[in-house]
Amino acid sequence: MAMKKFLFVQTQPPHGSINGQEGLDAVLMGSAFTECAVLFLDDGIYQILSDQQTGPLNSKDYSVTYLALADYGVNNIYCCQTHLNERSLSTKDLILPVQALPEASIRRLFDEYDVILSF
Amino acid sequence: MKFAIAVFGAPYSSQASLSALHFAQAVTLAKHELYRVFFYHDGVLNGNNLMVPPQDELNLQNAWVEFAATSKSELVVCIASALRRGMLNAEETRRYEKTASSLDPAFIISGLGQLIDAGLQADRLVTFN
Repeated sequence: MAMKKFLFVQTQPPHGSINGQEGLDAVLMGSAFTECAVLFLDDGIYQILSDQQTGPLNSKDYSVTYLALADYGVNNIYCCQTHLNERSLSTKDLILPVQALPEASIRRLFDEYDVILSF
Repeated sequence: MKFAIAVFGAPYSSQASLSALHFAQAVTLAKHELYRVFFYHDGVLNGNNLMVPPQDELNLQNAWVEFAATSKSELVVCIASALRRGMLNAEETRRYEKTASSLDPAFIISGLGQLIDAGLQADRLVTFN
């Protein structure tokens, strides 16, 4: 049986809840077992915004951990172009290279992966 | 069919835990296989044996323990999520020199790898958020 492919979907902004940080932990763990990809939707995109200043929040700036994804063999990182536009962001504002996809392609992405874990 | 369940929501705060319990019961009632119930995020609080809900409300922690005993199902909590939220079994209580343990012994403390393994082994991994 071919190994199942996992898609981790990040939908929550960072720091307001721990969902994103614990979601990233799951991605890193998943990468040790099988092929994994990450998709940022809605406010989840804010997790990978560059230059986060989290000091005054007493919150860990875990966005830098996303930079390690390549070392873990996680090279397929996607976001929704529409959700970027809605937030006046572009991929240049993000801490790592991300493929911005139109909504129709995101639908295909859900078909392509065997296990989808949404955070 | 082989199912696995992931519980992310806190007991009582959201419907996630109760829906997960009902789904787990339905899976075993329909004679499907339940590979594992994995508790992550606030879901680890389902194992809190210090919870004392009002008497006319369901005690979710008791309900999970009863379900696991009758169905022989495996209840696993993520260690990182659990420690962060004060869910300690006797061993972790000793390790961190705390005064009380909070996690019911029916819940096994393990790593996130058990969630990934559940996704790989089960035909369907169903998440309750």
